[in-house]
Amino acid sequence: MTSSDGNLLEVKNLRTHFDTEDGVVKAVDDISFQLKRGETLGIVGESGSGKSVTNLSIIRLVPDPPGKIVSGEVIFNGSDLLLLPNDAIRKIRGRRIAMIFQDPMTSLNPFMKISKQLMEMTQLHLGHSKAQAYDHAVRMLETVGIPDARGRADSYPHEFSGGMRQRVMIAMALSCEPELLIADEPTTALDVTIQAQILELIKKLKRETGTSVILITHDLGVVAGMTDHVIVMYAGKIFEQARTAELFSTPGNPYTKGLLRSVPDPTDEQGKLYQIPGLPPDMAHLKPGCPFAARCDYAQDICRREFPPFVKLNQDHHSLCHFAREVYTESGGTPVEA
Amino acid sequence: MSANESTLLSIRDLKVHFDLGGGGPLDKLFGTNTVKRVVKAVDGVSIDIYKGETLGLVGESGCGKSTLGRAILRLTEPTSGQVFYHDRDLAHLSSRQLREQRRHLQIIFQDPYASLNPRMTVGQIVGEPLETFRLARGREAEQRVQELLETVGLNKRFIKRYPHEFSGGQRQRIGIARALAVDPDFIVADEPISALDVSIQAQIMNLLERLRREKNLTYLFISHDLRAIRHVSDRVAVMYLGKLVEIADAKTIYHEPLMPYTKALISAVPVPDPQVEATRQRIMLEGDVPSPINPPTGCRFHTRCPYAIEACKEVVPQLVEIKPAHFAACIRISSAQPHIEDVAPGAAPGLE
Amino acid sequence: MSTEKEPEPDDLVHIGPEMAVAEADLHPDDAFVRGTSLWRDAWRRLLKNKLAVFGLVVVIVVTIASIIGPTVIQHTFGFTPDYIPTHDQKLTKSMPPFKGPNNEFSWLHPMGTDNAGRDQLARVLQGGQISIFVAMVSTLVSLLIGVSYGAIAGYLGGRIDNVMMRLVDVLYSLPYVIVVIVLLSMFRSQTPRGQLTLLFIALGSVSWLTMARIVRGQILSLKNQEFVLAARATGVSTSRIIFRHLVPNTLGPVIVYATLTIPQIMLTEAFLSFLGFGVQPPLASWGSLAADGVQNIAIFPWQLIFPGATMALTLFSLNFLGDGLRDALDPQMRTV
Repeated sequence: MTSSDGNLLEVKNLRTHFDTEDGVVKAVDDISFQLKRGETLGIVGESGSGKSVTNLSIIRLVPDPPGKIVSGEVIFNGSDLLLLPNDAIRKIRGRRIAMIFQDPMTSLNPFMKISKQLMEMTQLHLGHSKAQAYDHAVRMLETVGIPDARGRADSYPHEFSGGMRQRVMIAMALSCEPELLIADEPTTALDVTIQAQILELIKKLKRETGTSVILITHDLGVVAGMTDHVIVMYAGKIFEQARTAELFSTPGNPYTKGLLRSVPDPTDEQGKLYQIPGLPPDMAHLKPGCPFAARCDYAQDICRREFPPFVKLNQDHHSLCHFAREVYTESGGTPVEA
Repeated sequence: MSANESTLLSIRDLKVHFDLGGGGPLDKLFGTNTVKRVVKAVDGVSIDIYKGETLGLVGESGCGKSTLGRAILRLTEPTSGQVFYHDRDLAHLSSRQLREQRRHLQIIFQDPYASLNPRMTVGQIVGEPLETFRLARGREAEQRVQELLETVGLNKRFIKRYPHEFSGGQRQRIGIARALAVDPDFIVADEPISALDVSIQAQIMNLLERLRREKNLTYLFISHDLRAIRHVSDRVAVMYLGKLVEIADAKTIYHEPLMPYTKALISAVPVPDPQVEATRQRIMLEGDVPSPINPPTGCRFHTRCPYAIEACKEVVPQLVEIKPAHFAACIRISSAQPHIEDVAPGAAPGLE
Repeated sequence: MSTEKEPEPDDLVHIGPEMAVAEADLHPDDAFVRGTSLWRDAWRRLLKNKLAVFGLVVVIVVTIASIIGPTVIQHTFGFTPDYIPTHDQKLTKSMPPFKGPNNEFSWLHPMGTDNAGRDQLARVLQGGQISIFVAMVSTLVSLLIGVSYGAIAGYLGGRIDNVMMRLVDVLYSLPYVIVVIVLLSMFRSQTPRGQLTLLFIALGSVSWLTMARIVRGQILSLKNQEFVLAARATGVSTSRIIFRHLVPNTLGPVIVYATLTIPQIMLTEAFLSFLGFGVQPPLASWGSLAADGVQNIAIFPWQLIFPGATMALTLFSLNFLGDGLRDALDPQMRTV
């Protein structure tokens, strides 16, 4: 049961605001994107960009207070998640949409055996009996590559290393065979060699089960290797949206360009590293105009006065910028007719 | 970038072991912790740091790189070994003598939030070293602090602000200003950019590089981020479970690594280029990083190394100069046969 | 002469709009921007808590009234707290509030008088002086001892810490009320002043124990923070690290605990005075006033009600204030 154009998830005009001591922070300010079945969407952004809050909003885990989903639609498989009653959403969480978080240390209950935590999922959502759930749990642990799964299933989280714990998280997330997996910085806290393993694992499981994935990260390398589409977020807004290959070869937004240039390229001998000047904006006191204007190499007067338009550069490629077409052309792209 | 070849710091067989207890008669009686557990965080590291260079120290968590940086400054007490700075062994100085030397060796920390005292103003934080070493007082000290803030790119008018009123990147700059206050020769930069956003990381890396040129500094740049290390370092040392396994200049380490571990490390770094990512062949390591408590015998990497043979479990490899200025610790390669892929299976040319 | 500025190094942050300075933030001599310390943040937060503000106001009012009250009464009405109207037989009796000797309405004694005709209001206010004074000074003493002791034990660690804290454990296990009573009855002083001093020592010497434990715990978690390492790396001496870096960061819980210690000590002192071990006449505290008042509770209830109610009001105001402080300071109890 999908909507007519094969989209598993459609987010429309999502707005999530937080009430803080300094004022209202529009953590997510009018976001719209789609995710097709079987694809991986990457959400890239730095701290304060709103990427994590976007995710939490999709499955309605935004802490309320101080946060609140103010408006918008989140259409998953045809129904709007934001309109569902609480118990309906709880049935979906874990069963059809699963989430894994950044810190494997704190995401698992330290007082419960791993097997029990896995069993809880399937007993609750799939109605397994104890024995069925246990077998399923062991099989999941094997699938995610835990050595000696049967022997270690009854261990506690602290007996596993960080990488192993993240694998357990993935096992938990996938145990009910969800249609959508949301991974919020799943490898940021891990060593780089373990990160490589975990990312390979996610890729493999995706191939085998056809799960769609939303991957949130700040690491452009991870995005390049794992995703089909990318969204770049800044100050609660989508600054650029494109197919991954397109975004990296012909970016259409100064922020994206700046990000790409400021990552040191190990294969290249570089002199000085390009840096985006200035600081991220104070979300509680945003100025009129484009939130990136103060730091942008291309900024002109209009950028400081008027909020930029969301320009369509190509099929599946949009950029929020007054000079999107120019930037895109400079990168080597050919924009479609307006 | 070639450095002035005079040596600033000479580290000889430095060890930092933490005793976790266990193995005593009471433990044996009660059946708990029957084995004596020692964390060999740094286990026999020897290296020279040349004046004016940036030596990158890279490794994964638990490899001991932060502990090494702190042990050099004796913020963590070394268990044994020597650290020669201008012919004085820092590891064996009395606390008074050590305090005098602290002027020349400073540190920048990873966490910009925890490395500044939240109850002190920026001016007080940056000015304290001046006070401690009696370098300036009163009006003169204030002026010096303002100069320092400007040097690191902060507006000097914010001298009376508190740390929590600044962003992460700005706090890191404050930490750098504090380290510079006493005009040191050597700075240990312990993961200085890991906690910062990508766009700020570039700023801080550029800042550190400019300061190095302007003030003739020498850096030990510790990080797990290979891309950053590659960019800022002249030479790179790779550390694994308390030991150095490879040392070479930055370009060589990246393009022609000799050690299987280094190759795997480099291969694991994601590249922001979808075509490269799609077509590259990754060297995948099996299993986890072993625990630094009672590490594997012989070559510590043998449990995960795709080229390991029986002898690797028994022999502890030494750092040997395989190519000019390129050191590696592996018994399966030698200067005659530097490329491990070409070595005959079962052979260990390094042992002969 | 070239007027061109040297090109700024690229890594300098353009701290333009984001750190634009508001007029209000500028320091009087225009050179610096005043910073908002964490204390000021906490103060603002405290002010938003109505109950805590109520508590603060009441405590301030009662304290000021106790200090200047008796003098004011002396100047307006002419009697001191000890004034016994010996010239007139009819006045040396206990009169209800707002009533004169012949049961007529009178402004003279809003809280009535005691059996000897002394004005209750003046007595209650003077009693407040003693009660508040004793509690605050004892708390201060216990603070100074407790903080220093705990900070030193916590920072030095190892065997020294072990010995110091075991001593605390031993002292803790003593039934301290009994100890205090024994001390006070053994060393009964001749002068009321002397008795007060003894009271301070007795009260202050037991309440520092918990403070020491609290501070030590805080120090233990703080001493491995990176800013402490940074201080060591820049050669700062141990005593300066303890008192300049660590202790100010423990003040959150310390202040809260101190604010909650004051009522505890006040109660203990009241209890001791009630039993006759504390404050001796002619000095009075709320506790001793209550002791006097309890004897006539059936006939002249106001003798007990007023000192009792005043003390109760002060106690729970202090508690509200303490709770409010804990909430206001809580985010700062972590050093970030």
